[in-house]
Amino acid sequence: MEYLRPLYGQMLIGFIIKLAGTIMDLAIPWILAHMIDEVVPTGNKTAIFIWGAGMACCAVIALLGNVIANRKASAISRDATRRIRHDLYEKIERLSTRQLDALTVPSLISRLTSDTYNVNQTLGRMQRLGVRAPILLMGGVVVTMLLDIRLSLALLATLPLLALGIMLISRRGISLYTGVQENVDRMVRTVRDDVIGIRVIRALSKRDYECARFSKDNENLSRSQIRANTVMAATNPMMQLLLNLGLTAVVVCGAYWVNKGVTKPGSIIAFLTYFTIILNAMMSVNKMFVMLSQATASANRIAEVLAQPEEEAAGGAKRMEARACVVFDDVCFSYAQPAHGYVLEDISFAVGKGETLGVIGATGSGKTTLIQLLQRFYPVDAGAIYIDGENIACMEEEKLHSLFGVAFQSDAFFSGTIYENIDLGRGLPKEDIERAARCAQAEEFILATEEGYEHPVHAKAANLSGGQKQRLLIARALAGNPEILILDDSSSALDYRTDAAMRSAIRKEYPNTTIIMVAQRVSSVRSADQILVLDEGRAAGTGTHEELMLTCPLYAQISDIQMGGDDHAAA
Amino acid sequence: MPPRNGVIQKPRNTKGTLLRLGKYLLHSAPMLLLALTLSITGNMFQLIGPTLCGRAIDALSGGKGLVDFATVFRYAAMMVVFYVSSALLAYIVPQIVLRISQRTVRIMRADLFSKLMRLPVKYFDTRQTGEILSRISYDIDTVNTSLSNDLVQILTSIITVVGALSMMIKISPLLVLVFVVTVPMSVLFTRFMTRRVRPLYHNRSKCLGDMNGFVEEYVSGQKTIRAYHREKAVLHRFDEKNENAVQSYYKADYYACATGPSVNFINNLSLTLISIFGALMYLSGKISLGNISSFVLYCRKFSGPINEAANIFSELQSALAAAERVFELLDEKEEAADLPDAKPLEVQHGQVDIAHVDFGYDEGRLILRDVNLVAAPGSMVAIVGPTGAGKTTLVNLLMRFYDPQSGDIAIDDKSIYGVTRTSLRGAFSMVLQDTWLFNGTVHDNIAYGNPGATREAVIAAAKAAHIHGMIQRLPHGYDTMITEDGINISKGQKQLMTIARAMLQPARLLILDEATSNVDLQTETLIQEAMRTLTRGKTCFVIAHRLSTIRNADTILVVNDGRIVEQGKHDELMAMNGFYASLYRAQFA
Repeated sequence: MEYLRPLYGQMLIGFIIKLAGTIMDLAIPWILAHMIDEVVPTGNKTAIFIWGAGMACCAVIALLGNVIANRKASAISRDATRRIRHDLYEKIERLSTRQLDALTVPSLISRLTSDTYNVNQTLGRMQRLGVRAPILLMGGVVVTMLLDIRLSLALLATLPLLALGIMLISRRGISLYTGVQENVDRMVRTVRDDVIGIRVIRALSKRDYECARFSKDNENLSRSQIRANTVMAATNPMMQLLLNLGLTAVVVCGAYWVNKGVTKPGSIIAFLTYFTIILNAMMSVNKMFVMLSQATASANRIAEVLAQPEEEAAGGAKRMEARACVVFDDVCFSYAQPAHGYVLEDISFAVGKGETLGVIGATGSGKTTLIQLLQRFYPVDAGAIYIDGENIACMEEEKLHSLFGVAFQSDAFFSGTIYENIDLGRGLPKEDIERAARCAQAEEFILATEEGYEHPVHAKAANLSGGQKQRLLIARALAGNPEILILDDSSSALDYRTDAAMRSAIRKEYPNTTIIMVAQRVSSVRSADQILVLDEGRAAGTGTHEELMLTCPLYAQISDIQMGGDDHAAA
Repeated sequence: MPPRNGVIQKPRNTKGTLLRLGKYLLHSAPMLLLALTLSITGNMFQLIGPTLCGRAIDALSGGKGLVDFATVFRYAAMMVVFYVSSALLAYIVPQIVLRISQRTVRIMRADLFSKLMRLPVKYFDTRQTGEILSRISYDIDTVNTSLSNDLVQILTSIITVVGALSMMIKISPLLVLVFVVTVPMSVLFTRFMTRRVRPLYHNRSKCLGDMNGFVEEYVSGQKTIRAYHREKAVLHRFDEKNENAVQSYYKADYYACATGPSVNFINNLSLTLISIFGALMYLSGKISLGNISSFVLYCRKFSGPINEAANIFSELQSALAAAERVFELLDEKEEAADLPDAKPLEVQHGQVDIAHVDFGYDEGRLILRDVNLVAAPGSMVAIVGPTGAGKTTLVNLLMRFYDPQSGDIAIDDKSIYGVTRTSLRGAFSMVLQDTWLFNGTVHDNIAYGNPGATREAVIAAAKAAHIHGMIQRLPHGYDTMITEDGINISKGQKQLMTIARAMLQPARLLILDEATSNVDLQTETLIQEAMRTLTRGKTCFVIAHRLSTIRNADTILVVNDGRIVEQGKHDELMAMNGFYASLYRAQFA
């Protein structure tokens, strides 16, 4: 990971300190052996105390070295994690909407949270274990070799077997764990299904049926977990067994060599001590591999996001001489390959400054797509979009977005106050916010609360009704005095009366704002200067309500159904 | 893995939680006993191993030409036997524990799920789905990990500590006195550390939770952020949250990572003391050299588990906190039981009487006051009003998802509070605005309310709901699996399937949450036609968004701000010239 590169120097220092600490740890048994073998037989009490003091010194150095090194490791992983998270978040902000759709929001959230957490944790642990275990392992092997090359060969003979065993088990383990994950997903999906559909389950009294359905998932999950762990649990006993058998081989071979006079009995005793060290180190290394594989999975998920290419804007004429404020010029677009047909095809229209464009059509006819193209969330495949004569593909994103005030169908709320949710960190003047709230018909319910504009908004605005949310969103869009106001079916939860009052208030208070209004209801758009009727991505008609009633059969049909066929009678 | 939202709660009632967890473990008491016995045996074998090895070495330490091969081979053979059997045990014991923990967890999950199925609808209305899911997945998983890892570890640790200590006492009771100094030291140290570190850990979880919450909120709202060009400001705020998270992690780690080396240091100190005093004792002839080295070996074995104790302790803490969250859900109040003398409801005519009903979702805030309504058999009651005004409240009361504070609802003159819930709910068929299809085949989804239905009956219902043709075009027809992301079924088609589901139910009463605002024109016409077939001859409660569809209703309830503001027939309401009239006019203005 390139994130560690600037920290290499720090890591090296930490590594050296850790090395010193670990060596001190290793030195203590050596001093002990020396004391027992060499010092004690002389009967020199002062020497015993001196060596004892030496051991204590080593212990202190080991303590300090390890603590300092561990803290260093922790600081390093902190710095790396901080940068990784920052870059990841920044990258997510820059992802094109298409990429965002492909990666999906929940997945991005889990990458930012649990994956970065995994990486943070593993970075710290790896630096601690990663130095200590290999040193102990290598040190143990080297010391045994130095002690007696023949005996260590007997020991080393078991190593290839060990490596093979670990490899086979972990390969099988990974596929089994993937199976476990799938079963977990299935179980969670069932529970999610049922939590969402609780009313239907209750209404149809399907409690027992659902319990049986869940019990199947539960059993499968349990079985797959047992299977995976049964295999994985074999690693440690196998390692212990192989090394202990190696040890027995050492004793038996040692017996021959001692008999021949080529090996001393003392070496065999020393072997035993180092054996334990090697065994423990092996287990640590094994544990590290498990940890590393998990962290690698997380790191890969993070890297996948960071490696997303930046999307280039499409070409098109740079400028266009036109009076109109918003112009669509033969725009074609598709989310996937154009070969499968366009989502929008040959859309052209022009809206003058301060005018209102209504867009109406069935679900899936491309209304929302049209609005997303206008804001350049996706680049167009053919044609061009101009705002005040400038091709939006060539505009700076900041400049482009500053033109709009947008209220989406279902938009995000952030925990904070009502005021903050309208302002959205833009630092707008108070009068603007209050005027916007008034126009959006939100003032009435805001002032009805005890705290007024300081009324808290909970996460996901759970404490507001659907209509209140929509009014706040419209207020948010209006508060910035936008050049272009986009309302994407954002008054569907409002009753007809409030909807009508809001529309006339906006027209009165914001006369220069161009409005693009997407709606399902004919009543919302019928007073617009121009109405675009979309049908499966194509323009089925453009004109005023009266014109369309005569020229566009689709529009007339929608109107008839919605008005209950007595449009004329009621009007 | 951090918990969802990163909130690790500290266990509040450790003893009670442990006790309840223990009860779950008791389901597998014989297995637990077996595991305990086997692990004691395994540890004994391990403790015997070094002794055997020592004997073998004694036999070969004669030097050149003097090796007693018979003895060496005998002990070597015994070593092989012991090591193989201890390895076998080391493999078998975790297997048993694994089965115990899996069984425990499986029972817990099943309990949790059946509890969910018994909780009142209110529980689901007031909680986020993710939060419920995290209990059945993440929390139980934490308990599982802790059970399977810590249980073995605690078992073996205790045995190792006791075994090693008794061996040391056997060798030299005097030298054991060294631990009188060092053991209290490590105990004091551990206590100091936990007291010091615990608030830091707590803070770490909190900061992490903050950051996770922030990410959840703002990544979900990415489009808005982009539309208002707030990226820089948001990134800046994220950096603050991130800084807090990594700093608090570091701070907790700063102290926590000193634990290992410090415990190690205390061990080294014991070792030093043992060497010094051991050497002095040797000089005064109180101990042999061989015994000193065995003592040291056992001292290492003794300190190992103590080293691990701190780790296990913190894992146990989080497991207990998780278990507590699970038990908390298990302790939630269930949907009140049916009255003891409740009989199944038999609907003959389908007359519904609502008398003097007062209701509020919160105890203190009534939103329905003295509601009275008579719905004659086969009549149509419409509920209209702006979205979010509380139109579904009446449905909640009719189906007994919620019970009113006072008043009574009767069907065919029988109070719905005196009959079984199952029969009451079975008397209604329901088509809701939120179409609900589960992971299963199309057939299973349509036959959900009537599982005995034959394929012919399902097809007939699908035909009546105008969805048969579309189903036939699916890859496997009626056996096509409906998955979240799989095949392309539109919202309108889903709605038609739920209508087909309602068609299969022979209920006399019908609840319709009219949801045609989000489908295309063609489907809408189909749905309306299907609805007409469905409503024939039934007492219907219709939640309507479009007033034109309910003008012929026998009674119209007008709801606004959670209250019934007007009630009557279309013409009467228009004549009143009140809220309904203004709604109606606005729609056609």
